[in-house]
Amino acid sequence: MTAPAEILDCRGQRCPLPVIAVARRLPEMPVGTVVRVLADDPAAAVDLPAWCRMRGQEFLGTITGPDGPAFDVRRRH
Amino acid sequence: MSASPVYLDAATAAPLHPVARQALLAALDDGWADPGRLYTQARRARQLLDAAREACAQTLGVRADELSFTSSGTTAAHAAVLGGLAGRRRVGPVLVHSAIEHSAVLHAAEKHVAAGGAATSVPVDRLGRLDLGRWAAAVRAPGVALAALIAASHEVGTLQPVAAAAQECAEAGVPLYVDAAQLVGRAPVPAGWSVLTASARKWGGPPGVGLLVVRKGTRWESPWPADDREAGRTPGTLNLPAVVAAAASLRAAAADAAAETARLEPLVARIRARVAAEVPDVEVVGDPDHRLPHLVTFSCLYVDGEALLHALDRRGFAVSSGSSCTSSTLRPSHVLEAMGVLSHGNVRVSLHRETTAADVERFLTELPGIVAELRAEAGVVGL
Repeated sequence: MTAPAEILDCRGQRCPLPVIAVARRLPEMPVGTVVRVLADDPAAAVDLPAWCRMRGQEFLGTITGPDGPAFDVRRRH
Repeated sequence: MSASPVYLDAATAAPLHPVARQALLAALDDGWADPGRLYTQARRARQLLDAAREACAQTLGVRADELSFTSSGTTAAHAAVLGGLAGRRRVGPVLVHSAIEHSAVLHAAEKHVAAGGAATSVPVDRLGRLDLGRWAAAVRAPGVALAALIAASHEVGTLQPVAAAAQECAEAGVPLYVDAAQLVGRAPVPAGWSVLTASARKWGGPPGVGLLVVRKGTRWESPWPADDREAGRTPGTLNLPAVVAAAASLRAAAADAAAETARLEPLVARIRARVAAEVPDVEVVGDPDHRLPHLVTFSCLYVDGEALLHALDRRGFAVSSGSSCTSSTLRPSHVLEAMGVLSHGNVRVSLHRETTAADVERFLTELPGIVAELRAEAGVVGL
């Protein structure tokens, strides 16, 4: 599993803000980079994978750690 | 000058049908007495109730003694689930249901589980269609007392394979409960169910009337404290004038259903096509072909659902949303979640007998600008 190059802390933000944060940041990173999004809005678990599908990016999965739910996204293009 | 309001939330409540209004006013004068009593006024009320039951049963193609009125569609759904489970508790404790049932069904399921029962949720695909293979396996598992399937999704409009699901239930010997709230008064309900519920306000009847149909031979036991009204299925006094209005408007809606479908289907198809073509970064959700004739749902990327609802309301458009920010629980719609589609910026548009092509045109003309404005305000253009 690729370690995330960067963590976007979107805790406390309501959707669509976590999705907007990853949409802003991911294109600035090199292709192949993994970004981890910390987001506790329950809609993020639905909307981050949906955004990846719509944008052709890769959703790697959900990790529930001490910081709450985290979502890993890899830039594919 | 503000434009005339355009109401596009029939899937919550359709505007009162003129036939319902007429029947309601007449029944207020004639139907206030208790139909259970033994005097002239009560007999008149009893006649009205019997006629309403007979009319609804005829429209649904069931026997009058199989149909009970309830105080809402939600109450009917609760009774269908809990009563169906209670009637077969000796068989087992398991309720099988789709992941996209109405919250009334899911809340009844939660209560059942909290009381020591069990529930199996069957997934749907990206278009919101039931996974029939998983359904077949779930209803064949040991200990299944009841299976519940919504006839068509109230949130995204996808028609469910009710006949095939019913066949699986029949082979497994499990009764099927169908929530037909979005279908009754609009389209025939596929055969094969044992319990059915509907809600009058969805077809232009007044709020506060539900239908609960339990077919002969179905083991169903009232989950409520004993009460002899409505064949023991519904406790409490019915709102008889509303029941009379519901029955009259159901007959009228059913008579017009084929013509309304022919009129509304192309309008829904136009909304699906134009929204996808003219609003950038939008996901139009639900099955494109096998769907309700009057309902369409889409999600706009990077847009806050609540802000979108308010912006539309300011321009006179009444719609609903499955986005988390528009719900009291701040959770996204479980239907959109089960489908794995975008839940923010979500809009559900549902049409009714008063919706005109001009209303739809005005909505389609204004929507792209409204979405663009919200995106510009949020600074998300070009993401």
